Amino acid sequence: MVKALPARALPGVTEPAPVRGLLIGTCVVFLTVFLLAPLALIFAVALGQGVAAYLRSFTNPDTISAIRLTLIAAAIAVPANVVFGIAAAWAIGKFEFVGKSLLISLLDLPFSISPVVVGLTYVLLFGAQGALGPWLTAHDVHIIFAIPGIVLATIFVTVPFVARELLPLMAAQGNDEEEAALTLGANGWQTFLRVTLPNVKWALLYGVILCNARAMGEFGAVAVVSGHIRGLTDTMPLQIEVLYNDYQFVPAFAVASLLALLALATLVVKSVVEWKVAKVSEVTP
Amino acid sequence: MLASLSRLRRPSIIPGFGLTLGFTILYLSLIVLIPLSATFVEASKMGPHAFWHVVTTPRAMASYGLSFGASFLGALANFVLGTLVAWVLVRYEFAGKRILDSLVDLPFALPTAVAGIALTTLYAPSGWFGKPLATLGVHVAFTRLGVVVALTFIGLPFVVRTVQPVLEDLDKELEEAAASLGAGRWQTFARVIYPAIFPAALTGFALAFARGVGEYGSVIFIAGNMPMRTEITPLLIVTKLEEYDYRGATAIAVVMLVLSFVMLLGINALQRWSGHREAAVAADG
Repeated sequence: MVKALPARALPGVTEPAPVRGLLIGTCVVFLTVFLLAPLALIFAVALGQGVAAYLRSFTNPDTISAIRLTLIAAAIAVPANVVFGIAAAWAIGKFEFVGKSLLISLLDLPFSISPVVVGLTYVLLFGAQGALGPWLTAHDVHIIFAIPGIVLATIFVTVPFVARELLPLMAAQGNDEEEAALTLGANGWQTFLRVTLPNVKWALLYGVILCNARAMGEFGAVAVVSGHIRGLTDTMPLQIEVLYNDYQFVPAFAVASLLALLALATLVVKSVVEWKVAKVSEVTP
Repeated sequence: MLASLSRLRRPSIIPGFGLTLGFTILYLSLIVLIPLSATFVEASKMGPHAFWHVVTTPRAMASYGLSFGASFLGALANFVLGTLVAWVLVRYEFAGKRILDSLVDLPFALPTAVAGIALTTLYAPSGWFGKPLATLGVHVAFTRLGVVVALTFIGLPFVVRTVQPVLEDLDKELEEAAASLGAGRWQTFARVIYPAIFPAALTGFALAFARGVGEYGSVIFIAGNMPMRTEITPLLIVTKLEEYDYRGATAIAVVMLVLSFVMLLGINALQRWSGHREAAVAADG
Protein backbone atom coordinates (compact mmCIF):
# COMPACT_ATOMS: atom_id res chain seq x y z
CA MET A 1 0.00 0.00 0.00
CA VAL A 2 2.83 2.38 0.86
CA LYS A 3 4.79 1.76 -2.31
CA ALA A 4 6.05 5.09 -3.63
CA LEU A 5 6.04 5.45 -7.38
CA PRO A 6 8.61 7.81 -8.88
CA ALA A 7 6.49 10.93 -9.33
CA ARG A 8 8.66 13.09 -11.55
CA ALA A 9 11.97 12.10 -13.04
CA LEU A 10 13.60 15.55 -12.94
CA PRO A 11 16.44 15.46 -10.41
CA GLY A 12 16.34 18.13 -7.74
CA VAL A 13 12.57 18.68 -7.91
CA THR A 14 11.50 15.55 -6.10
CA GLU A 15 12.55 13.82 -2.93
CA PRO A 16 14.78 10.74 -2.59
CA ALA A 17 12.74 7.51 -2.43
CA PRO A 18 13.34 6.87 1.33
CA VAL A 19 12.04 10.38 2.15
CA ARG A 20 9.01 9.85 -0.05
CA GLY A 21 8.32 6.51 1.60
CA LEU A 22 8.69 8.03 5.08
CA LEU A 23 6.31 10.89 4.28
CA ILE A 24 3.71 8.60 2.68
CA GLY A 25 4.04 6.20 5.62
CA THR A 26 3.52 8.96 8.18
CA CYS A 27 0.49 10.25 6.26
CA VAL A 28 -1.09 6.78 5.99
CA VAL A 29 -0.47 5.98 9.68
CA PHE A 30 -1.86 9.36 10.83
CA LEU A 31 -5.03 9.06 8.72
CA THR A 32 -5.49 5.40 9.69
CA VAL A 33 -5.23 6.13 13.41
CA PHE A 34 -7.41 9.25 13.36
CA LEU A 35 -9.96 8.50 10.60
CA LEU A 36 -10.11 4.83 9.61
CA ALA A 37 -9.87 3.36 13.12
CA PRO A 38 -12.81 5.36 14.61
CA LEU A 39 -14.89 4.61 11.52
CA ALA A 40 -14.12 0.88 11.61
CA LEU A 41 -14.77 0.75 15.36
CA ILE A 42 -18.32 2.09 14.96
CA PHE A 43 -19.29 -0.83 12.72
CA ALA A 44 -17.22 -3.37 14.70
CA VAL A 45 -19.06 -2.56 17.95
CA ALA A 46 -22.48 -2.19 16.28
CA LEU A 47 -22.17 -5.64 14.67
CA GLY A 48 -20.07 -7.13 17.49
CA GLN A 49 -22.89 -9.33 18.82
CA GLY A 50 -24.24 -10.34 15.46
CA VAL A 51 -26.63 -8.99 12.91
CA ALA A 52 -29.71 -9.99 14.95
CA ALA A 53 -28.59 -7.87 17.92
CA TYR A 54 -27.80 -5.04 15.53
CA LEU A 55 -31.28 -5.12 14.01
CA ARG A 56 -32.94 -5.51 17.41
CA SER A 57 -31.48 -2.10 18.34
CA PHE A 58 -33.93 -0.49 15.96
CA THR A 59 -37.01 -1.97 17.66
CA ASN A 60 -36.57 0.24 20.73
CA PRO A 61 -39.53 2.68 20.64
CA ASP A 62 -37.38 5.57 21.92
CA THR A 63 -34.88 4.94 19.13
CA ILE A 64 -37.66 4.84 16.53
CA SER A 65 -39.09 8.12 17.78
CA ALA A 66 -35.56 9.65 17.81
CA ILE A 67 -35.09 8.65 14.17
CA ARG A 68 -38.50 10.15 13.34
CA LEU A 69 -37.68 13.43 15.12
CA THR A 70 -34.31 13.69 13.34
CA LEU A 71 -36.04 13.22 9.98
CA ILE A 72 -38.64 15.89 10.87
CA ALA A 73 -35.99 18.41 11.97
CA ALA A 74 -33.93 17.84 8.81
CA ALA A 75 -37.05 17.96 6.60
CA ILE A 76 -37.76 21.48 7.86
CA ALA A 77 -34.23 22.83 8.34
CA VAL A 78 -32.76 21.71 5.01
CA PRO A 79 -35.43 23.22 2.69
CA ALA A 80 -35.43 26.44 4.74
CA ASN A 81 -31.66 26.76 4.32
CA VAL A 82 -31.82 25.82 0.63
CA VAL A 83 -34.21 28.75 -0.02
CA PHE A 84 -32.01 31.00 2.12
CA GLY A 85 -28.81 29.75 0.48
CA ILE A 86 -30.08 30.39 -3.04
CA ALA A 87 -31.35 33.87 -2.11
CA ALA A 88 -28.11 34.78 -0.33
CA ALA A 89 -25.89 33.44 -3.13
CA TRP A 90 -27.95 35.35 -5.72
CA ALA A 91 -27.82 38.63 -3.78
CA ILE A 92 -24.14 38.36 -2.86
CA GLY A 93 -22.84 36.55 -5.96
CA LYS A 94 -24.62 38.54 -8.67
CA PHE A 95 -24.51 42.10 -7.29
CA GLU A 96 -21.99 44.62 -6.00
CA PHE A 97 -23.31 46.63 -3.07
CA VAL A 98 -22.30 48.50 0.07
CA GLY A 99 -21.74 46.22 3.05
CA LYS A 100 -21.25 43.05 0.99
CA SER A 101 -18.16 41.84 2.85
CA LEU A 102 -19.89 42.45 6.19
CA LEU A 103 -22.81 40.31 5.02
CA ILE A 104 -20.41 37.51 3.99
CA SER A 105 -18.84 37.61 7.47
CA LEU A 106 -22.29 37.45 9.10
CA LEU A 107 -23.10 34.47 6.89
CA ASP A 108 -20.11 32.59 8.35
CA LEU A 109 -21.03 33.47 11.92
CA PRO A 110 -22.86 30.19 12.72
CA PHE A 111 -19.66 28.27 11.83
CA SER A 112 -17.64 30.08 14.47
CA ILE A 113 -20.08 29.98 17.38
CA SER A 114 -20.06 27.08 19.83
CA PRO A 115 -23.19 24.93 19.34
CA VAL A 116 -23.79 25.13 23.08
CA VAL A 117 -23.97 28.93 22.88
CA VAL A 118 -26.46 28.60 20.00
CA GLY A 119 -28.72 26.48 22.20
CA LEU A 120 -28.32 28.93 25.08
CA THR A 121 -29.37 31.93 22.96
CA TYR A 122 -32.67 30.22 22.13
CA VAL A 123 -33.23 29.25 25.78
CA LEU A 124 -32.68 32.91 26.76
CA LEU A 125 -35.17 34.05 24.14
CA PHE A 126 -37.90 31.40 24.31
CA GLY A 127 -37.34 29.62 27.66
CA ALA A 128 -39.67 30.00 30.64
CA GLN A 129 -37.26 32.58 32.16
CA GLY A 130 -36.54 34.09 28.75
CA ALA A 131 -37.47 37.39 27.11
CA LEU A 132 -40.50 35.96 25.30
CA GLY A 133 -41.16 33.23 27.90
CA PRO A 134 -44.16 34.77 29.74
CA TRP A 135 -45.93 35.60 26.46
CA LEU A 136 -45.32 32.11 25.06
CA THR A 137 -46.53 30.46 28.27
CA ALA A 138 -49.68 32.62 28.26
CA HIS A 139 -50.44 31.51 24.70
CA ASP A 140 -49.50 27.88 25.40
CA VAL A 141 -46.72 27.86 22.78
CA HIS A 142 -43.83 25.51 23.58
CA ILE A 143 -40.53 26.09 21.85
CA ILE A 144 -37.85 25.11 24.35
CA PHE A 145 -37.88 21.43 25.45
CA ALA A 146 -40.11 20.84 22.42
CA ILE A 147 -39.80 20.20 18.70
CA PRO A 148 -39.82 23.87 17.49
CA GLY A 149 -36.71 24.62 19.55
CA ILE A 150 -34.92 21.60 18.09
CA VAL A 151 -35.84 22.70 14.57
CA LEU A 152 -34.70 26.30 15.23
CA ALA A 153 -31.37 25.18 16.69
CA THR A 154 -30.85 22.86 13.73
CA ILE A 155 -31.59 25.70 11.28
CA PHE A 156 -29.12 28.02 13.08
CA VAL A 157 -26.16 25.63 12.89
CA THR A 158 -26.82 24.75 9.23
CA VAL A 159 -27.54 28.28 7.92
CA PRO A 160 -24.30 28.76 5.92
CA PHE A 161 -23.92 25.35 4.21
CA VAL A 162 -25.91 25.81 0.98
CA ALA A 163 -24.98 29.48 0.57
CA ARG A 164 -21.28 28.67 1.12
CA GLU A 165 -21.27 26.05 -1.67
CA LEU A 166 -23.21 28.22 -4.17
CA LEU A 167 -21.61 31.59 -3.52
CA PRO A 168 -18.10 31.08 -4.97
CA LEU A 169 -19.50 29.33 -8.04
CA MET A 170 -22.17 31.95 -8.74
CA ALA A 171 -19.65 34.75 -8.29
CA ALA A 172 -17.06 33.03 -10.52
CA GLN A 173 -19.54 32.41 -13.34
CA GLY A 174 -20.34 36.12 -13.62
CA ASN A 175 -23.52 37.60 -15.06
CA ASP A 176 -22.91 37.24 -18.82
CA GLU A 177 -25.21 34.26 -19.40
CA GLU A 178 -28.00 35.74 -17.27
CA GLU A 179 -27.70 39.08 -19.04
CA ALA A 180 -27.93 37.32 -22.42
CA ALA A 181 -31.06 35.45 -21.34
CA LEU A 182 -32.68 38.64 -20.05
CA THR A 183 -31.80 40.51 -23.24
CA LEU A 184 -33.44 37.71 -25.25
CA GLY A 185 -36.67 38.29 -23.33
CA ALA A 186 -36.57 35.74 -20.49
CA ASN A 187 -38.00 36.95 -17.20
CA GLY A 188 -36.16 36.70 -13.87
CA TRP A 189 -37.55 33.28 -12.88
CA GLN A 190 -36.93 31.78 -16.32
CA THR A 191 -33.37 33.09 -16.22
CA PHE A 192 -32.81 31.57 -12.79
CA LEU A 193 -34.39 28.19 -13.58
CA ARG A 194 -33.01 27.74 -17.12
CA VAL A 195 -29.60 29.44 -16.89
CA THR A 196 -28.32 29.85 -13.34
CA LEU A 197 -29.67 26.67 -11.73
CA PRO A 198 -28.24 24.23 -14.34
CA ASN A 199 -24.84 25.89 -13.88
CA VAL A 200 -24.79 25.41 -10.12
CA LYS A 201 -26.80 22.19 -9.74
CA TRP A 202 -23.88 20.02 -8.59
CA ALA A 203 -22.73 22.56 -6.01
CA LEU A 204 -26.34 22.89 -4.86
CA LEU A 205 -26.63 19.12 -4.49
CA TYR A 206 -23.46 18.98 -2.42
CA GLY A 207 -24.62 21.91 -0.28
CA VAL A 208 -27.91 20.12 0.38
CA ILE A 209 -26.19 16.85 1.29
CA LEU A 210 -23.71 18.59 3.61
CA CYS A 211 -26.49 20.65 5.21
CA ASN A 212 -28.52 17.48 5.71
CA ALA A 213 -25.62 15.57 7.27
CA ARG A 214 -25.01 18.38 9.75
CA ALA A 215 -28.75 18.81 10.44
CA MET A 216 -29.17 15.12 11.28
CA GLY A 217 -25.96 15.01 13.30
CA GLU A 218 -26.18 18.22 15.33
CA PHE A 219 -25.60 17.53 19.00
CA GLY A 220 -24.56 20.46 21.20
CA ALA A 221 -27.17 23.03 20.15
CA VAL A 222 -29.98 20.49 20.15
CA ALA A 223 -28.86 19.00 23.49
CA VAL A 224 -29.34 22.37 25.21
CA VAL A 225 -32.86 23.08 23.86
CA SER A 226 -34.17 19.51 23.90
CA GLY A 227 -34.51 18.86 27.63
CA HIS A 228 -33.88 15.15 26.94
CA ILE A 229 -37.51 13.98 27.18
CA ARG A 230 -37.16 10.34 26.12
CA GLY A 231 -39.35 9.32 23.22
CA LEU A 232 -40.36 12.96 22.66
CA THR A 233 -37.47 15.39 22.27
CA ASP A 234 -34.46 13.12 21.73
CA THR A 235 -32.95 13.20 18.25
CA MET A 236 -30.67 10.42 16.97
CA PRO A 237 -27.44 11.95 18.37
CA LEU A 238 -29.13 12.56 21.73
CA GLN A 239 -30.47 8.99 21.76
CA ILE A 240 -26.90 7.78 21.08
CA GLU A 241 -25.77 9.68 24.17
CA VAL A 242 -28.60 8.22 26.29
CA LEU A 243 -27.87 4.64 25.16
CA TYR A 244 -24.11 5.07 25.56
CA ASN A 245 -24.46 6.46 29.08
CA ASP A 246 -26.72 3.46 29.88
CA TYR A 247 -23.85 1.17 28.80
CA GLN A 248 -26.03 -0.13 25.94
CA PHE A 249 -23.08 -0.10 23.56
CA VAL A 250 -24.49 -2.23 20.73
CA PRO A 251 -27.69 -0.12 20.36
CA ALA A 252 -25.70 3.11 20.76
CA PHE A 253 -23.26 2.17 18.02
CA ALA A 254 -26.07 0.74 15.88
CA VAL A 255 -27.75 4.17 15.80
CA ALA A 256 -24.30 5.73 15.33
CA SER A 257 -23.67 3.42 12.36
CA LEU A 258 -26.69 4.90 10.54
CA LEU A 259 -25.22 8.39 10.94
CA ALA A 260 -21.77 7.10 9.94
CA LEU A 261 -23.29 5.62 6.75
CA LEU A 262 -24.88 9.01 6.10
CA ALA A 263 -21.47 10.63 6.55
CA LEU A 264 -19.86 8.16 4.12
CA ALA A 265 -22.63 8.79 1.58
CA THR A 266 -21.94 12.52 1.98
CA LEU A 267 -18.25 11.97 1.21
CA VAL A 268 -19.09 9.87 -1.87
CA VAL A 269 -21.43 12.59 -3.18
CA LYS A 270 -18.69 15.16 -2.56
CA SER A 271 -16.17 13.18 -4.62
CA VAL A 272 -18.70 12.72 -7.45
CA VAL A 273 -19.60 16.42 -7.41
CA GLU A 274 -15.95 17.47 -7.48
CA TRP A 275 -15.36 15.17 -10.42
CA LYS A 276 -18.40 16.59 -12.26
CA VAL A 277 -17.37 20.19 -11.56
CA ALA A 278 -13.81 19.47 -12.74
CA LYS A 279 -15.21 17.96 -15.95
CA VAL A 280 -17.45 20.98 -16.57
CA SER A 281 -14.57 23.42 -16.05
CA GLU A 282 -12.40 21.33 -18.43
CA VAL A 283 -15.00 21.72 -21.18
CA THR A 284 -15.53 25.44 -20.53
CA PRO A 285 -12.29 26.81 -19.13
CA MET B 1 -37.26 50.28 0.77
CA LEU B 2 -36.39 48.56 -2.50
CA ALA B 3 -35.57 51.86 -4.20
CA SER B 4 -33.28 52.90 -1.35
CA LEU B 5 -31.53 49.50 -1.45
CA SER B 6 -30.96 49.88 -5.15
CA ARG B 7 -29.15 53.18 -4.68
CA LEU B 8 -26.45 51.41 -2.63
CA ARG B 9 -25.42 49.03 -5.41
CA ARG B 10 -23.74 49.11 -8.79
CA PRO B 11 -26.40 49.24 -11.58
CA SER B 12 -27.22 45.90 -13.22
CA ILE B 13 -30.03 44.51 -15.37
CA ILE B 14 -30.15 41.29 -13.28
CA PRO B 15 -33.46 41.28 -11.37
CA GLY B 16 -34.28 40.21 -7.82
CA PHE B 17 -31.75 42.23 -5.84
CA GLY B 18 -34.26 43.75 -3.41
CA LEU B 19 -36.12 40.48 -2.92
CA THR B 20 -33.08 38.24 -2.34
CA LEU B 21 -31.08 40.70 -0.24
CA GLY B 22 -34.15 41.60 1.81
CA PHE B 23 -34.91 37.94 2.46
CA THR B 24 -31.26 37.17 3.28
CA ILE B 25 -31.07 39.96 5.86
CA LEU B 26 -34.49 39.15 7.36
CA TYR B 27 -33.65 35.43 7.70
CA LEU B 28 -30.18 36.05 9.18
CA SER B 29 -31.68 38.55 11.62
CA LEU B 30 -34.47 36.25 12.82
CA ILE B 31 -32.42 33.06 13.08
CA VAL B 32 -28.95 34.34 14.03
CA LEU B 33 -28.60 38.03 14.91
CA ILE B 34 -31.61 38.70 17.15
CA PRO B 35 -31.11 35.56 19.28
CA LEU B 36 -27.40 36.38 19.63
CA SER B 37 -28.12 39.96 20.68
CA ALA B 38 -30.55 38.60 23.29
CA THR B 39 -27.54 36.93 24.93
CA PHE B 40 -25.72 40.25 25.19
CA VAL B 41 -28.85 42.01 26.52
CA GLU B 42 -29.27 39.29 29.15
CA ALA B 43 -25.61 39.54 30.19
CA SER B 44 -25.78 43.35 30.40
CA LYS B 45 -28.43 43.03 33.13
CA MET B 46 -25.78 41.60 35.46
CA GLY B 47 -23.65 44.68 35.94
CA PRO B 48 -19.89 44.69 35.37
CA HIS B 49 -18.88 43.52 38.88
CA ALA B 50 -21.12 40.47 38.96
CA PHE B 51 -20.18 39.66 35.34
CA TRP B 52 -16.45 39.89 36.06
CA HIS B 53 -16.85 37.77 39.18
CA VAL B 54 -18.68 34.97 37.31
CA VAL B 55 -16.34 34.82 34.32
CA THR B 56 -13.16 34.78 36.43
CA THR B 57 -13.99 32.08 38.99
CA PRO B 58 -11.17 29.52 39.26
CA ARG B 59 -13.44 26.88 37.68
CA ALA B 60 -14.17 29.11 34.67
CA MET B 61 -10.48 30.04 34.32
CA ALA B 62 -9.50 26.36 34.40
CA SER B 63 -12.05 25.62 31.66
CA TYR B 64 -10.69 28.41 29.43
CA GLY B 65 -7.20 27.06 29.98
CA LEU B 66 -8.25 23.57 28.89
CA SER B 67 -10.43 24.68 25.96
CA PHE B 68 -7.83 27.04 24.56
CA GLY B 69 -4.77 24.93 25.45
CA ALA B 70 -6.16 21.69 24.01
CA SER B 71 -7.47 23.51 20.90
CA PHE B 72 -4.03 25.05 20.42
CA LEU B 73 -2.27 21.68 20.71
CA GLY B 74 -4.81 19.98 18.42
CA ALA B 75 -4.47 22.75 15.83
CA LEU B 76 -0.68 22.58 16.15
CA ALA B 77 -0.70 18.82 15.49
CA ASN B 78 -2.84 19.49 12.43
CA PHE B 79 -0.59 22.36 11.32
CA VAL B 80 2.34 19.94 11.07
CA LEU B 81 0.62 16.70 10.06
CA GLY B 82 -2.05 18.42 7.92
CA THR B 83 0.66 20.12 5.85
CA LEU B 84 2.38 16.75 5.49
CA VAL B 85 -0.88 15.05 4.45
CA ALA B 86 -1.60 17.81 1.89
CA TRP B 87 1.93 17.43 0.51
CA VAL B 88 1.67 13.65 0.19
CA LEU B 89 -1.81 13.80 -1.40
CA VAL B 90 -0.75 16.43 -3.97
CA ARG B 91 2.78 15.27 -4.85
CA TYR B 92 2.85 11.46 -4.60
CA GLU B 93 0.95 8.55 -6.12
CA PHE B 94 0.18 5.44 -4.08
CA ALA B 95 -2.52 2.80 -3.78
CA GLY B 96 -5.54 3.97 -1.80
CA LYS B 97 -4.70 7.66 -2.21
CA ARG B 98 -8.10 8.64 -3.63
CA ILE B 99 -9.93 6.96 -0.74
CA LEU B 100 -7.72 8.61 1.90
CA ASP B 101 -8.20 11.95 0.17
CA SER B 102 -12.01 11.61 0.36
CA LEU B 103 -11.84 10.43 3.98
CA VAL B 104 -10.06 13.62 5.07
CA ASP B 105 -13.48 15.33 5.18
CA LEU B 106 -14.91 12.67 7.53
CA PRO B 107 -14.71 14.92 10.64
CA PHE B 108 -16.90 17.47 8.79
CA ALA B 109 -19.50 14.86 7.89
CA LEU B 110 -19.53 12.58 10.94
CA PRO B 111 -21.80 13.79 13.78
CA THR B 112 -19.74 14.93 16.74
CA ALA B 113 -21.52 12.61 19.19
CA VAL B 114 -20.68 9.63 16.97
CA ALA B 115 -17.04 10.73 16.81
CA GLY B 116 -17.10 11.20 20.58
CA ILE B 117 -18.27 7.69 21.49
CA ALA B 118 -16.02 6.12 18.83
CA LEU B 119 -12.87 7.90 20.06
CA THR B 120 -13.74 7.17 23.70
CA THR B 121 -14.21 3.46 22.99
CA LEU B 122 -10.93 3.37 21.02
CA TYR B 123 -8.91 4.99 23.81
CA ALA B 124 -10.73 3.56 26.84
CA PRO B 125 -8.46 1.30 28.97
CA SER B 126 -9.94 -1.79 27.26
CA GLY B 127 -10.04 -0.26 23.76
CA TRP B 128 -8.09 -1.02 20.57
CA PHE B 129 -5.61 1.79 21.26
CA GLY B 130 -6.25 2.31 24.97
CA LYS B 131 -5.07 -1.16 26.00
CA PRO B 132 -1.60 -1.08 24.40
CA LEU B 133 -1.16 2.56 25.45
CA ALA B 134 -2.07 1.68 29.05
CA THR B 135 0.75 -0.90 29.19
CA LEU B 136 3.07 1.97 28.22
CA GLY B 137 1.57 4.05 31.02
CA VAL B 138 -0.18 6.47 28.66
CA HIS B 139 -3.80 7.24 29.51
CA VAL B 140 -5.86 9.08 26.92
CA ALA B 141 -9.54 8.57 27.72
CA PHE B 142 -10.87 10.72 30.57
CA THR B 143 -7.71 12.88 30.67
CA ARG B 144 -6.68 16.18 29.11
CA LEU B 145 -4.78 14.23 26.46
CA GLY B 146 -8.15 12.80 25.39
CA VAL B 147 -9.45 16.32 24.81
CA VAL B 148 -6.43 17.02 22.58
CA VAL B 149 -7.05 13.78 20.63
CA ALA B 150 -10.73 14.67 20.05
CA LEU B 151 -9.85 18.20 18.93
CA THR B 152 -7.12 16.88 16.62
CA PHE B 153 -9.77 14.69 14.98
CA ILE B 154 -12.26 17.57 14.68
CA GLY B 155 -9.67 19.96 13.20
CA LEU B 156 -8.07 17.45 10.82
CA PRO B 157 -9.66 18.63 7.54
CA PHE B 158 -8.92 22.34 7.95
CA VAL B 159 -5.16 22.55 7.31
CA VAL B 160 -5.24 19.81 4.65
CA ARG B 161 -8.01 21.53 2.72
CA THR B 162 -6.48 25.03 2.92
CA VAL B 163 -2.95 23.90 1.92
CA GLN B 164 -3.94 21.41 -0.82
CA PRO B 165 -5.17 23.94 -3.47
CA VAL B 166 -2.13 26.19 -2.90
CA LEU B 167 0.25 23.27 -3.42
CA GLU B 168 -1.65 22.22 -6.57
CA ASP B 169 -1.33 25.74 -8.03
CA LEU B 170 2.31 26.11 -7.06
CA ASP B 171 4.44 26.58 -10.14
CA LYS B 172 6.86 23.67 -10.68
CA GLU B 173 9.22 26.04 -12.52
CA LEU B 174 10.02 27.84 -9.27
CA GLU B 175 11.34 24.60 -7.81
CA GLU B 176 13.22 23.76 -10.99
CA ALA B 177 14.78 27.21 -10.96
CA ALA B 178 15.81 26.75 -7.32
CA ALA B 179 17.28 23.32 -8.11
CA SER B 180 19.17 24.55 -11.17
CA LEU B 181 20.61 27.39 -9.07
CA GLY B 182 22.09 24.72 -6.81
CA ALA B 183 19.57 24.54 -3.97
CA GLY B 184 19.18 21.19 -2.26
CA ARG B 185 15.70 19.72 -1.95
CA TRP B 186 15.40 20.75 1.70
CA GLN B 187 16.58 24.28 0.88
CA THR B 188 14.02 24.52 -1.93
CA PHE B 189 11.30 23.43 0.47
CA ALA B 190 12.34 25.81 3.24
CA ARG B 191 12.97 28.85 1.02
CA VAL B 192 10.54 28.41 -1.91
CA ILE B 193 7.70 26.03 -1.13
CA TYR B 194 7.16 26.64 2.57
CA PRO B 195 6.82 30.46 2.30
CA ALA B 196 4.17 29.93 -0.40
CA ILE B 197 2.04 27.54 1.65
CA PHE B 198 2.62 29.09 5.09
CA PRO B 199 -0.28 31.62 4.98
CA ALA B 200 -2.71 28.87 3.93
CA ALA B 201 -1.42 26.53 6.65
CA LEU B 202 -1.77 29.31 9.23
CA THR B 203 -5.35 29.97 8.06
CA GLY B 204 -6.12 26.27 8.47
CA PHE B 205 -4.52 26.33 11.93
CA ALA B 206 -6.73 29.28 12.93
CA LEU B 207 -9.88 27.61 11.58
CA ALA B 208 -9.08 24.38 13.44
CA PHE B 209 -8.32 26.32 16.63
CA ALA B 210 -11.57 28.33 16.44
CA ARG B 211 -13.59 25.18 15.80
CA GLY B 212 -11.89 23.39 18.70
CA VAL B 213 -12.62 26.10 21.26
CA GLY B 214 -16.38 25.78 20.75
CA GLU B 215 -16.46 22.01 20.21
CA TYR B 216 -18.74 20.03 22.52
CA GLY B 217 -20.07 16.69 21.22
CA SER B 218 -16.81 14.94 20.39
CA VAL B 219 -15.09 16.08 23.60
CA ILE B 220 -17.57 15.43 26.42
CA PHE B 221 -17.47 11.65 26.09
CA ILE B 222 -13.68 11.32 26.16
CA ALA B 223 -12.91 14.17 28.58
CA GLY B 224 -14.08 12.73 31.89
CA ASN B 225 -15.58 16.15 32.72
CA MET B 226 -13.96 16.74 36.12
CA PRO B 227 -14.32 20.40 37.19
CA MET B 228 -10.93 22.19 37.32
CA ARG B 229 -9.22 19.38 35.38
CA THR B 230 -11.04 18.04 32.34
CA GLU B 231 -14.03 20.38 32.02
CA ILE B 232 -14.18 22.36 28.75
CA THR B 233 -15.88 25.77 28.65
CA PRO B 234 -18.93 24.69 26.57
CA LEU B 235 -19.58 21.93 29.14
CA LEU B 236 -19.39 24.48 31.96
CA ILE B 237 -22.14 26.46 30.20
CA VAL B 238 -24.31 23.34 29.96
CA THR B 239 -23.67 22.48 33.61
CA LYS B 240 -24.69 25.98 34.71
CA LEU B 241 -27.86 25.75 32.59
CA GLU B 242 -28.74 22.41 34.18
CA GLU B 243 -28.36 24.07 37.58
CA TYR B 244 -30.75 26.84 36.37
CA ASP B 245 -27.88 29.34 36.73
CA TYR B 246 -28.92 31.21 33.56
CA ARG B 247 -26.91 34.34 34.42
CA GLY B 248 -23.71 32.39 34.94
CA ALA B 249 -24.20 30.43 31.73
CA THR B 250 -24.91 33.65 29.81
CA ALA B 251 -21.85 35.45 31.17
CA ILE B 252 -19.51 32.64 30.13
CA ALA B 253 -21.30 32.36 26.76
CA VAL B 254 -20.65 36.08 26.18
CA VAL B 255 -16.93 35.53 26.83
CA MET B 256 -16.96 32.73 24.24
CA LEU B 257 -18.98 34.83 21.76
CA VAL B 258 -16.60 37.77 22.01
CA LEU B 259 -13.63 35.44 21.49
CA SER B 260 -15.44 33.85 18.50
CA PHE B 261 -15.90 37.30 16.92
CA VAL B 262 -12.24 38.15 17.51
CA MET B 263 -11.14 34.85 15.96
CA LEU B 264 -13.50 35.35 12.99
CA LEU B 265 -11.96 38.78 12.33
CA GLY B 266 -8.47 37.32 12.66
CA ILE B 267 -9.30 34.49 10.25
CA ASN B 268 -10.75 36.94 7.72
CA ALA B 269 -7.54 39.00 7.92
CA LEU B 270 -5.46 35.81 7.49
CA GLN B 271 -7.49 34.74 4.46
CA ARG B 272 -6.98 38.16 2.84
CA TRP B 273 -3.23 37.93 3.52
CA SER B 274 -3.15 34.36 2.21
CA GLY B 275 -5.06 35.47 -0.92
CA HIS B 276 -2.61 38.33 -1.54
CA ARG B 277 0.34 36.00 -1.08
CA GLU B 278 -1.12 33.50 -3.55
CA ALA B 279 -1.80 36.28 -6.03
CA ALA B 280 1.77 37.57 -5.59
CA VAL B 281 3.26 34.09 -6.07
CA ALA B 282 1.11 33.58 -9.18
CA ALA B 283 2.22 36.96 -10.56
CA ASP B 284 5.88 36.17 -9.93
CA GLY B 285 5.60 32.77 -11.56
